[in-house]
Amino acid sequence: MISLTEYLIVASLLFGLGVAGIILNRKNIIVILMSLELILLAVNTNFVAFSYFLHNITGQIFVFFLLTVAASEAAIGLAILVVMYRRDGSIEVEKLDTLKG
Amino acid sequence: MDQSLINLTTIMILLPLAGSLIAGLLGSRIGRNATHWTVNILVGISFVISLYLVKVIILGDHSAIDTTLYTWATSGSIQFNVGLLIDRLSVTMASIVLFISFMVHIYTVGYMADDPGYTRFFSYVSLFTFAMLALVLANNFLVLFFGWEGVGLVSYLLIGFWFNRESANAGSLKAFIANRIGDFGFVLAIALVLMHFGTLSYQTVFTDAPQVAQQTMNLLPNSPVSVITVICILLFIGAMGKSAQVPLHIWLPESMEGPTPISALIHAATMVTAGIYMVARMSPLFEYSPLALSVVLIIGATTCLFLGLIAVFEFDIKRVIAYSTISQLGYMAVALGVSAYDAAIFHLITHAFFKALLFLAAGSVIIALHHEQDMRKMGGLATYLPVTYFTFVIGCLAISAIPPFSGFYSKDVIIEATRLSTLPGASYAYFCVMAGAFITPLYSFRALFLTFHTESRVDPKLLEHVHESRWVILIPLILLAIPSVIAGQMLIGTMLFQHPKLLGDTIFILPQHDVLAQLGNEYTGAKAMALDAGRTLPFWLALAGIFTAWVFNAGFPQWASALKRRFSLFYKIMQRKYGFDDFNRVVLVDGTLDLGHVFYDVSDVKMIDGVAVNGSAKLINKFAMLARRLQTGYLYHYALSMVIGLLVFLFWFIGGF
Amino acid sequence: MFLHIDFYIFAAIAILAAFKVVTTRYPVQGVLSLVVTFFAMAGIWMTLRAEFLSLILILVYVGAVMTLFLFVVMMLSVKVEARRKGFVHYLPFGILIVLLLVAMTMVAIGGGHFGLTQMPAPPDLPADYSNIAHLGEVLYTHYAYPFEIAGVLLLAAIIAAITLTHRGPRHRKVQQVNKQVAVKRADSVRLVKMPAEKKT
Repeated sequence: MISLTEYLIVASLLFGLGVAGIILNRKNIIVILMSLELILLAVNTNFVAFSYFLHNITGQIFVFFLLTVAASEAAIGLAILVVMYRRDGSIEVEKLDTLKG
Repeated sequence: MDQSLINLTTIMILLPLAGSLIAGLLGSRIGRNATHWTVNILVGISFVISLYLVKVIILGDHSAIDTTLYTWATSGSIQFNVGLLIDRLSVTMASIVLFISFMVHIYTVGYMADDPGYTRFFSYVSLFTFAMLALVLANNFLVLFFGWEGVGLVSYLLIGFWFNRESANAGSLKAFIANRIGDFGFVLAIALVLMHFGTLSYQTVFTDAPQVAQQTMNLLPNSPVSVITVICILLFIGAMGKSAQVPLHIWLPESMEGPTPISALIHAATMVTAGIYMVARMSPLFEYSPLALSVVLIIGATTCLFLGLIAVFEFDIKRVIAYSTISQLGYMAVALGVSAYDAAIFHLITHAFFKALLFLAAGSVIIALHHEQDMRKMGGLATYLPVTYFTFVIGCLAISAIPPFSGFYSKDVIIEATRLSTLPGASYAYFCVMAGAFITPLYSFRALFLTFHTESRVDPKLLEHVHESRWVILIPLILLAIPSVIAGQMLIGTMLFQHPKLLGDTIFILPQHDVLAQLGNEYTGAKAMALDAGRTLPFWLALAGIFTAWVFNAGFPQWASALKRRFSLFYKIMQRKYGFDDFNRVVLVDGTLDLGHVFYDVSDVKMIDGVAVNGSAKLINKFAMLARRLQTGYLYHYALSMVIGLLVFLFWFIGGF
Repeated sequence: MFLHIDFYIFAAIAILAAFKVVTTRYPVQGVLSLVVTFFAMAGIWMTLRAEFLSLILILVYVGAVMTLFLFVVMMLSVKVEARRKGFVHYLPFGILIVLLLVAMTMVAIGGGHFGLTQMPAPPDLPADYSNIAHLGEVLYTHYAYPFEIAGVLLLAAIIAAITLTHRGPRHRKVQQVNKQVAVKRADSVRLVKMPAEKKT
């Protein structure tokens, strides 16, 4: 049987890759949004795994809501992206430095 | 009877105050004539009241009245009252003060006739009279201090009367500041009195003095000093400031910047004697501290001799008389030191008469020469100013202690008393007062010769207009000359050698210090004393002084310049007045300014402004610049820092346990 | 047995695809790799008996959200960027941080606490077990309130997205009556005195 640990390891590897995508990304903002999706996916996997092993359906309910939130946040993120593209003509990450001290 | 006396005394004190207020506030509106008539009449009435009080208290032997007029403040168990002490000493002083003040008021009508500040002057002089009366009639330290400060204030106002003159302003400030330094000691003394006696009233303090005399206090750890000694020395420091003893004498010569009438009133007869009066009043305290008496003695003797010497070399006629005043105050202090308090007051009275006379006569000369004060530009004025000359001669004879003038009686008693005293320092004092007996006639007659005899060095144009002064100026001169002649003879018996003495039990003397009683055994009467003068050394010293003055100034003036060349160092020291003023300027004034500079430039500007205020702002600035680097604006930097934070937490929780 | 191999295959695919999402130079390839990741994770969720959710993942998440992503990527014609200079400089540090993070997490979820002995696999479910019905029972009763709020959240997202990108009428000429009425004479007219010109 597959133990809980193995599911959690998969989830944590996905999480790590998502974080790496945010930190090491110099290309464009799309990659940030996609890495965010990866992180959320990892968290969802955690919830489902625990829900299965602890015999509690509440975990899956929570995934439900997480999916909702992730979807709306992706939509808004992309809307912002579009507006930014209209203004600057490109979506480089380095253009986002207006809050520089 | 008592209540009516109290009321009379209160009126006597308040009338000059009323005169001062009228002259000050309404003077310009009611005009000069109305002002001087009002003020003079008010002071005259006060004078008459004081004579009545003399008759009742002294001649009628009425007992002393110690009354509280009202309570000014209460603090816990201490009451601060305003009260009067009407006894022999205070009534004597009050009558002298009012007599001289009245003479000066009349004299001012003539002297200040063409001065724009005429009414202001009257206001100040009356105010002074009020303050001085408060001082002498006080029954506790508080009112004494009020009068003390009051006369100091009015002295400042009057010295700087011609405020457009730079020198007058400087002189008035110097007087006030030197006074203040003395007052510092005085206030400390009052505080100590309050601390150890629990009250400021004379009666209680004097009654409790014998018990407190046993107490000691520690000024430095493990060195007990008698409380009474400390109090008395501090009181005397106050007296030093007021009565111009060394080293706080520096203000009196500068005070000659003021008009001559006030030099006569304040700096000859009344204010400077406040210190002497105060020590005499505090005799019950001083008697219990031989150390304080020695201090008084030695300082008085030093003042007497060394400042008299300076007078021999001065050329401004008022300054000669000023240094003479300081020297005579030294005599009075010596008398206080040997516990001959009555003699000190006696000399105070006679000195008031002849010194005021000398000042007013000098003023008459100055007015006649249109405000010329340098004796090198005078000379040969005897024929032009006969009355002035005559009264001036009387004054000089009186101060030189030539019998039967008043100065002879008072000064001789002091010299004899010093001889008999057994206090440490008495022999030094004896030497000083003896030498003073030679120096005093020397400078007095020198002034006389240079002003009225010798060839005329007056500006010829001025000489045409020189004439004797008006009667308002001459009357006070004559009225002051009369007591200068006879007061000594009249008062010596009653004041010093009669039982009971004139001042009665207001003066307290311990038996072992009572030199006057010893002298009393040898006293055979005023006339006999005068006739006996030929056998005493001071008389011959006085004659020698007069002769020397004649030789070097009228007879053979060229010898004077020869001596000046031979003893040039001595002459220079005299000219620089022993360097007191230089010392004060360099050490105290410049020193304080430099200290101020140090405090400002180093500690205020550099340290407080630079380091603390600006420095802390700069520090915050630097930190902010450092912290600013964290805000790059890049998303991934922020994400990285978030992750690092997360890592730290994880490490703490997981690796921790 | 099968389950085991399935799981490992799906896991491998997921991780490799995720790696490609992060590192690829081409954005379209990135999005498509993300799609593959989602598919693989759906498979893994299926092994966890979360049937409804895994299918929803594919239908909603891949079908809608990823399509949106692809749509935006293609619309914006994102240029293919070369690697930046700073990237190489910070790369080791960033990788180190991430590795540390993952290692820390692994330590936490090690077999000591979550292994088969502490958390045994649950018994098989009966054949007529319906995951959807189970979810529905709980969702519409205990969690009805959060459910409604999730709806409101979606509404908010819609409004937000539209408001952000709405540019307003660009090529229309419309009257704005409020502005017309608010015009003042002083703003539009200015009287200038000029001397009359001479007739020459």
